[in-house]
Amino acid sequence: MADLRGTIAGIKSPNPFWLASAPPTDKEYNIVRAFKAGWGGVVWKTLGEDPPVVNVSSRYGALLDSNRTMIGFNNIELITDRPLEVNLREIAAVKKAWPDRAVVVSLMAVMTEEAWAGLARRVEPTGADGLELNFGCPHGMCERGMGSAIGQVPEMVEQVTRWVKNATRLPVIVKLTPNITNVLWSAEAAKRGGADAVSLINTINSIASVDLDAMAPTPTVGGKGTHGGYCGPAVKPIALNMVAEIARNPDTRGLPISGIGGIGTWRDAAEFLALGCGSVQVCTAAMTYGFRIVEDMIDGLSAWMDEKGYRTLADFQGRAVPNVVNWNDLNMNFVTKARIDKDLCIDCGRCHIACEDTSHQAIRILPGDGKRLFEVVDEECVGCNLCAHVCPVPDCITMHEQETGRPYLTWPEHPQNPARVQPPKAAE
Amino acid sequence: MSGVNGAARSNQLSLDRDLVSPFTALQAMAESSRCLYCYEAACVTACPTAIDIPGFIRKIGTGNVKGAARTILDANIMGGTCARACPTEVLCEQACVRNKAEAEPVLIGRLQRYATDVLFKAGVQPFTRQAPTGKHVAVVGGGPAGLACAHRLALLGHEVTVFEARTKAGGLNEYGLAAYKMVDDFAQREVDFILSLGGITVKTGVALGRDVTLAQLRQDHDAVFLGLGLAGINTLGVAGEDLAGVADAVDVIAALRQRAAPPVALAGPLAGRRVVVIGGGNTAVDAAIQSLCAGAAEVTMAYRRGTAEMGATGHEQDLARTQGVVLRTWLAPREILGTGGAVSGIVLERMAMDAGRLVGTGETVTIPCDVVLKAVGQKLAPGGLDGLALAGGRIQVDETLATSLAGVYAGGDCIKSGEDLTVQSVADGKAAAFAIDVYLKA
Repeated sequence: MADLRGTIAGIKSPNPFWLASAPPTDKEYNIVRAFKAGWGGVVWKTLGEDPPVVNVSSRYGALLDSNRTMIGFNNIELITDRPLEVNLREIAAVKKAWPDRAVVVSLMAVMTEEAWAGLARRVEPTGADGLELNFGCPHGMCERGMGSAIGQVPEMVEQVTRWVKNATRLPVIVKLTPNITNVLWSAEAAKRGGADAVSLINTINSIASVDLDAMAPTPTVGGKGTHGGYCGPAVKPIALNMVAEIARNPDTRGLPISGIGGIGTWRDAAEFLALGCGSVQVCTAAMTYGFRIVEDMIDGLSAWMDEKGYRTLADFQGRAVPNVVNWNDLNMNFVTKARIDKDLCIDCGRCHIACEDTSHQAIRILPGDGKRLFEVVDEECVGCNLCAHVCPVPDCITMHEQETGRPYLTWPEHPQNPARVQPPKAAE
Repeated sequence: MSGVNGAARSNQLSLDRDLVSPFTALQAMAESSRCLYCYEAACVTACPTAIDIPGFIRKIGTGNVKGAARTILDANIMGGTCARACPTEVLCEQACVRNKAEAEPVLIGRLQRYATDVLFKAGVQPFTRQAPTGKHVAVVGGGPAGLACAHRLALLGHEVTVFEARTKAGGLNEYGLAAYKMVDDFAQREVDFILSLGGITVKTGVALGRDVTLAQLRQDHDAVFLGLGLAGINTLGVAGEDLAGVADAVDVIAALRQRAAPPVALAGPLAGRRVVVIGGGNTAVDAAIQSLCAGAAEVTMAYRRGTAEMGATGHEQDLARTQGVVLRTWLAPREILGTGGAVSGIVLERMAMDAGRLVGTGETVTIPCDVVLKAVGQKLAPGGLDGLALAGGRIQVDETLATSLAGVYAGGDCIKSGEDLTVQSVADGKAAAFAIDVYLKA
């Protein structure tokens, strides 16, 4: 049985599955239910200075597929709307009752040292394991100079991080917003400010959908809507990229990362861990299915690690990072071609029409025995994978590396590159 | 007696409840998502009317349900009936690639019914006629072939008069399909929908050869379409066929569909009686199951060949079995026995294949019964076909469905174009309409 225990920024948890700062972590009742279900940690929904904020009615929007599976989720809810004192009391009670679980508290305040330091000092006596600075909320709070309004300015990220670090002995995780041009600027700023870790991504600015009867964005509040924060499975690729960029950037390499963004399964989590994360945070999947999903996250990750021979998270954490490179470092001489298994093929023709209409005309149809025979035209196939992605049958279309005998050749070295800087290396 | 028998059957069919329940919106949405939107989809090829099945299913999935219905009805104006009555298990659904993937096709028939039901419920007429051409076409027969032809001709701008021998239009949709496939008077609702397009006048109670001649129709109209069906009934050719209780299955079914008094030949209602249905086609199955619905005490289907040779699909045979029909094969009728002028039993000879030929073995079986229903096929009724060339007992047509007489076209069961199914008749009627349009514009 694999060991799923992990430590990030000095914060220990029995498994890497935390609930992200969000509605599921707003109060003791929910968090106790989460811990009973097996979650390794929580980031308490963001605290602010009193008086508490007031939330609107109608808060969530969703992107559903044709089976009504939640692909994307969007919210316009603000930070906790409960008094600070109530939250602090409950945090203390939870930590006392669940000492082995990670309890991190998310904070948000206006751009003054007094506000941030004051909040940090109020949290410390609760026994919480760490703080997460919410620099990410892209709706509502940013209009008051908080959330992403801070996270979008690297100098402010650095400044607030330093204020909080100076005010508390607790580990500080800086939560980054994806609503920026380059996540490295804010990650580097957090590191300069003394952050013990970063967590990302916060939600992406979004309009979930337009209600075509009301002619208004959803969620609709009395006929009007506003942009909200987008999350769920659809944002996972964006999150993975931002995590990878931080993990492989020389200035931030080694900075602990708590991964967030569309994580709903053990496999999602393993991908974030492979890109260097020390824990993962989940919200949408829990809000869709309830807390019990963590059971398979733990069981599935553990079973996969056993299969792969990984005893601890550290055994594979960051393993994929060296393989994330710039496009310019890819091998131009690598060749892969699609192969279609005619026995598995169910004759739907999707590979053919996708290739024919939108790609390289590399799949021809031949008359077959009782069904059409789809065949890859190697001379036309560029190995784009489109056919494999549109095929409804797993493993029916697979990609196969072709032996070329040619050396690793990057674009900067490529003979067709007019800006080629060095001659191609001779094959060894 | 019948009540006890009836109550013992689970999932018992009745004459006024759907054999297959309609999809809810949620079911339709879920099922539509199973369609792979195949390229040059096999299901379309398998449909005699070539409905763009992936196209209409995708429209259901996007919430464009009325658009889905239009796609269906544009190819097959009786898409509503076909959704209920088509043997999809040997047509579109058999071809579905999901069979290969997971041994379960997309339930195309039920999706088609869902879409057309939504349109019918909304009372929308989705089609508009082209500008009037001034041409007038006579359509003989108000069944699927005739109405499909009339609808397409009307769309193309022609005026159409439909001559129907019975009191209602609809043909076998109204008089022949099993009641549990066509509940809530669907056949008439569909006829009303078709006629609501305009340009079509239906004259009922007018039979070719009795009330009107082909020559007269040709003289009075610019073209004629014959969708006569097969109004003649094959007989068993055995002793005792004149006994009280021996009836044609189609007449019994028609009476059940019309909630009318049983045919005189049946000598009373079916309730409580022991029924033997002779035949192996869909009519035989429909007659057998509906006899049980009508309260028959026991029903046996006897067919002279094996189940593989039956005209009824495996699905229909299974339905008969689960409803309590006893299927007996390799038995050919030899004599109907009577007592006091009424049926008391039927003697059947055990049959076998000998060197590729069906032969009697000499061994006989007697089944005691009160009713014998004959379902051994229909044939072209002889009246009114003056001057028309026939082939194989049906009206001879060329590839454009033109008969041997100029300007006279034919389709449906009265020609030999494919399976004797509603969907094939609709395909014929539509194809003939296009051919007539070309002929009229030549």
